[in-house]
Amino acid sequence: MIILEGLTKSFGAHRVLDGVTLDVPDGQNTVIIGGSGVGKSVTLKCIMGLIEPDEGRVRVDGEVVQELSRDELTELRGRIGYVFQFAALFDSMTVAENIALGLARRGYDRAAIADRVEESLAVVELSGTEDKYPAELSGGMRKRVGIARAVALKPRYILYDEPTTGLDPITSAVMDQLMVRTRDLGVTGLVVTHDMRSAFCVGDRIAMLHEGRIRQVGTRAEIQATVDPVVRQFIEGRP
Amino acid sequence: MASRVHARDGFVAHVGRTTLETARALADVRTWSPLLVAQMRRLGVDSVPIALFIAVFTGIVLSLLSSYIFTGAVPFYFVGALVGKTVMMELGPVLTGMALAGRVGASIAAELGTMKVTEQVDALETLAYNPRAYLVVPRVLAATLMFPVITAFAMAVGVTSGWITSVNLLDLSTPEFFKGLRLFYRFKDIWFGLVKSASFGAAVALMGCVRGLDAKSGAEGVGQSTTRAVVLGCEAILVLDAFWALVLL
Repeated sequence: MIILEGLTKSFGAHRVLDGVTLDVPDGQNTVIIGGSGVGKSVTLKCIMGLIEPDEGRVRVDGEVVQELSRDELTELRGRIGYVFQFAALFDSMTVAENIALGLARRGYDRAAIADRVEESLAVVELSGTEDKYPAELSGGMRKRVGIARAVALKPRYILYDEPTTGLDPITSAVMDQLMVRTRDLGVTGLVVTHDMRSAFCVGDRIAMLHEGRIRQVGTRAEIQATVDPVVRQFIEGRP
Repeated sequence: MASRVHARDGFVAHVGRTTLETARALADVRTWSPLLVAQMRRLGVDSVPIALFIAVFTGIVLSLLSSYIFTGAVPFYFVGALVGKTVMMELGPVLTGMALAGRVGASIAAELGTMKVTEQVDALETLAYNPRAYLVVPRVLAATLMFPVITAFAMAVGVTSGWITSVNLLDLSTPEFFKGLRLFYRFKDIWFGLVKSASFGAAVALMGCVRGLDAKSGAEGVGQSTTRAVVLGCEAILVLDAFWALVLL
């Protein structure tokens, strides 16, 4: 289970997170919604230990991320997959090499790596693209390779940063299916997005981040029936 | 003015921290060792043509310049002494270092800067790699090992071009040129130049890595980091040049 306890983070004078507290239960997809620049990606990066919060703690399986040594953090990251907003594929490597990199780090032999690469590409329906470079792929394909790279490590958790942003409706739906399928494989998902169609499709629980705090958290049905005017305005997309 | 001094102090501390973290990352041999040879080829072997081009013309200019200075005052065979000493101890290492600061420093800063702004460096971390071990150590080691090799070639080519120029354009025979070359030669001349160039390599690569990993988002940010890496690499070469002259001479 991932637990966020009072996270605060400022960049210069701008306070992005102002006491974010949230539980991410196992076996479900939790979605954080909120406008652009409210700190959704920063929250994910705090969980992964890529950004140090000014105050507050992140607990993953009982371990406090901010108190881990570099080696312990490396071990923890083995349990968490991360899908970046723009995929963040290594552009000098082929698709197969991108997926294999994390597996090689964990000491898999060549045959096991090849099997795992093939298997994870099949999950995202991109078999046959092993030898392509990221520049040869569309935006949607790059994002799916990003998911394959995360899935290949068989993580306990996957953090998705704006997985459907910039994609056409059909490719977005494919991404949503992938996130649901990954959850059905037993992986806990934490998705940040401002795409409400996607949020309602993949989210078992939805939390709204507003002005640096969690404004409301609840099941999909609870959020759809919310009377909170700020949440209502956001999910209805009213100006 | 005060803020600029403060910023410079902060940068020096930042470089110090990065150097320490890079030294610690040396222990992660499993990560950096498979990448070292490729970096040695990229940063070293591929830089040989530009280094040799500079060395050829340095030798030519030095022999012509020394003949101009010595005419009527000093025996002509001193041309060989001046070309040899200057190429081996100063111009070989420094001019090669400067040229590679442009080529290698810019290349490292641009590559790492692009990786930084496209979140590839964060991606490395999420895959449980230490970016210092994966990106910085192989580049700094490769430059430290390859700068002296390239400089050795540049020394040989610089002296050779000085000799050929002296024989063909000046009134100097081959035995006279080599008499002058041997006159003040000490083995220290060579290793002094090579030790300096190893330190130049480390500094140029480190500045490239530090600036690349500090790149701010966007093409402009990467461009600024690249420019700063080259300028800082050249500055570091001049400071180290003076340092080694004080310490070793």
